[in-house]
Amino acid sequence: MTTVAGTPSDRSVLPITERYTVLGWVRRNLFSDLFNSLLTLVALAFIVFIARLLLRWAFFTAEWGVIPANFNLIMRGQYPATEAWRLWLVIHLLGGVVGITWRLISGQFSGAARILIAIPFVLMLIPFFSMGTRLNLLIAAAAAGAGFYIAGHMPIQRRGRAAAYLLLAYLVVMLILLRGIGAEEGPMPPVQPILWGGLLLSLLLAFFGITLSFPLGVLLALGRQSKLPAIRVISVIYIEFIRGVPLISLLFMGQVMLQLFLPDGFPLVDRVLRALVAITLFSAAYTAENVRGGLQSISRGQYEAAQALGLSTYQSTMHIILPQALRAVIPVLVGQFISLFKDTTLVALVGIFDLLGIARTILANPDWLGTQQEVYAIIAVLFWIFSYSMSYASRRIEQRLGVGER
Amino acid sequence: MKSMRKLNKAGMILSMVIGMIIAACMSPAAGPEVVESDEAAAPAMQEVQSTLSIVQERGKLVCIGNAQLPGFGFLDSEGNFSGFDVDYCRAIAAAIFGDANALEVRPATAKERFTILSSGEGDVIIRNTTWTMSRDTDLGMNFGPTTFYDGQGLMVRKESGVATLQDLQGASVCVVTGTTTELNLADQFAAAGVDYEAVVFEDFDQSFNAYDEGRCDAVTTDKSSLVSRQTTLTVPGDHVIINVTLSKEPLGPAVRHGDDQWFDIVNWVVYSTMLAEEHGITSQNVDSYMDSNDPNIRKLLGLEGDFCAKIGLSNAGCFVDVIKQLGNYAEIYDRNLGPDTVFDLPRGLNSLYTDGGILYAPPIR
Repeated sequence: MTTVAGTPSDRSVLPITERYTVLGWVRRNLFSDLFNSLLTLVALAFIVFIARLLLRWAFFTAEWGVIPANFNLIMRGQYPATEAWRLWLVIHLLGGVVGITWRLISGQFSGAARILIAIPFVLMLIPFFSMGTRLNLLIAAAAAGAGFYIAGHMPIQRRGRAAAYLLLAYLVVMLILLRGIGAEEGPMPPVQPILWGGLLLSLLLAFFGITLSFPLGVLLALGRQSKLPAIRVISVIYIEFIRGVPLISLLFMGQVMLQLFLPDGFPLVDRVLRALVAITLFSAAYTAENVRGGLQSISRGQYEAAQALGLSTYQSTMHIILPQALRAVIPVLVGQFISLFKDTTLVALVGIFDLLGIARTILANPDWLGTQQEVYAIIAVLFWIFSYSMSYASRRIEQRLGVGER
Repeated sequence: MKSMRKLNKAGMILSMVIGMIIAACMSPAAGPEVVESDEAAAPAMQEVQSTLSIVQERGKLVCIGNAQLPGFGFLDSEGNFSGFDVDYCRAIAAAIFGDANALEVRPATAKERFTILSSGEGDVIIRNTTWTMSRDTDLGMNFGPTTFYDGQGLMVRKESGVATLQDLQGASVCVVTGTTTELNLADQFAAAGVDYEAVVFEDFDQSFNAYDEGRCDAVTTDKSSLVSRQTTLTVPGDHVIINVTLSKEPLGPAVRHGDDQWFDIVNWVVYSTMLAEEHGITSQNVDSYMDSNDPNIRKLLGLEGDFCAKIGLSNAGCFVDVIKQLGNYAEIYDRNLGPDTVFDLPRGLNSLYTDGGILYAPPIR
């Protein structure tokens, strides 16, 4: 297989892309003939009309007071205010970890890195933030810069491995910080996951839902292709059963029915974990089918070549088949993960205060009756930011891997 | 070889993360834990374990509530549950533990609430639940004293001059589909022989916005909800809730069938707030009544008769804790729905029987 994408010889086969000046581009694409010009004007008028309505609403009608007043609730739900420093520490550490891993993996301070480091500074401009919040954001940015600098001056040999260990250590520290450790009166009293809420919970549910369902989905996809009947049948039954029921019914099962099936006195699993399990099981079935699509796109020749080299089934799967199959389905997988992120809002229907659940309870506060438009607009913006970041990141990964260029 | 190492790493990371989450989330205090007992005796022991002892072992009350009803249950900006229904959850916690905060509110939708109570994940429902015969019998609930008498009402524009159902001949009414509200509307208008046009919506926000935009002549739902939403209309003063009640909606706490002691506790905590109002005892002045000579007051405050022991509570001043921490019925009502709130909801039926209402608590003796 000729794998090396992006070499000069490869580039030469790509179509030549013409470059225009802005005006030239406008003339060629928007005003090429009478009909096209007319269409452009109508579309422009429509866009201006909608934009005027939106801006007028945003600046004159909308009462944005509800957002600053409930900002903590939107960000962290019922997480106790006295323990909020732990969340800030998680964010500071995240800054440091991002800085270090960026240096280890990418090595240079490129365009995307500038965007990342700009985020805290842009957030600091939000008018209603307190000085403490701004200071905390500054610390996170400083931590990122320091991490980038320090990692550049460390004699680290296996950079990828070091970055992976660092991320793993970060996850462990993060969970300890969030959950707390020791006695109720200790320095870090436990905070039950049911009190984690708002954006914090939505992001955690999405992150762990994705990272846990992905390997499970890959296993199921391989299982469905297996030559062993028992494994194949179990995988097929699992996938088809889960795909046959809506996510909300799995969530209801977990929240409401589970207790009826468990023996009396069985310690109750936290409701947030139950929701996470439901989301993971659900997403794994869909991941499995997406990955199977990738597996089936691998030609027989690849399998046979691997066999001819004397690789075992395990080796050929791990080194030949899966890397190619997963690469082929990156766009589909990211699409599914974005939809999983948005699907986490369903937990609001079973009484868990994720971003949407928090929005609905803010709307029930007598002080803020009738502010649906403002609150839902902000929630939508937050979801858009994170969903778009995911699709932007996936596009960059695709570019790096050269997917779609051959 | 490189990708295999990567995969191995991924697997290791994954298993550690899973372990961490499970360790983090196994919540020791969330459920009804059962005391260790001999294996043979275990099923029988659990059979008779009372709700009260489960609650006491857990250290907090789990109250099935609502987080989305203005005035009755919501999260305030600090993330604390508050509202009229939540205050009654807190009252029960105060009576049992002497601490109104020994409470976990379990938000539930209208559909799941009864299942959650049956499965034992909650101890009591206080979630604007209407007491109906089928719920009382088929669903295996016991309903405590009604804490709030609601009723379905109609809001119209003042300028229309509508005062009775008959005035609404040929009018269009905004209503949420698939609810008892819609059925009550049909029943009452049919009984009055009035023709109307129902404009149905999926949820109340839509229904109410449509009314505000003038797409219907009237809008209907529970009166308390109409009042709370009136403030959000473009011009609140242009609208009026007419003096017609389309249905009876007695809202109150509900518990599982079969635990009479627990039922008694819920009942008498609610009654104690009404009795306190009757005797003029408030959270502010309760201490000054501790040397009262009135036998009714002395019994309520646990100074004679030891009535708290009769409902299984060792704390002789169980009702004093309720009154101190939550106040009497009037205080709870005013704090959440009264003149100082945006609702400014008249007491109406929810006045004491001495004031023309129907709150009538049996005596403690």
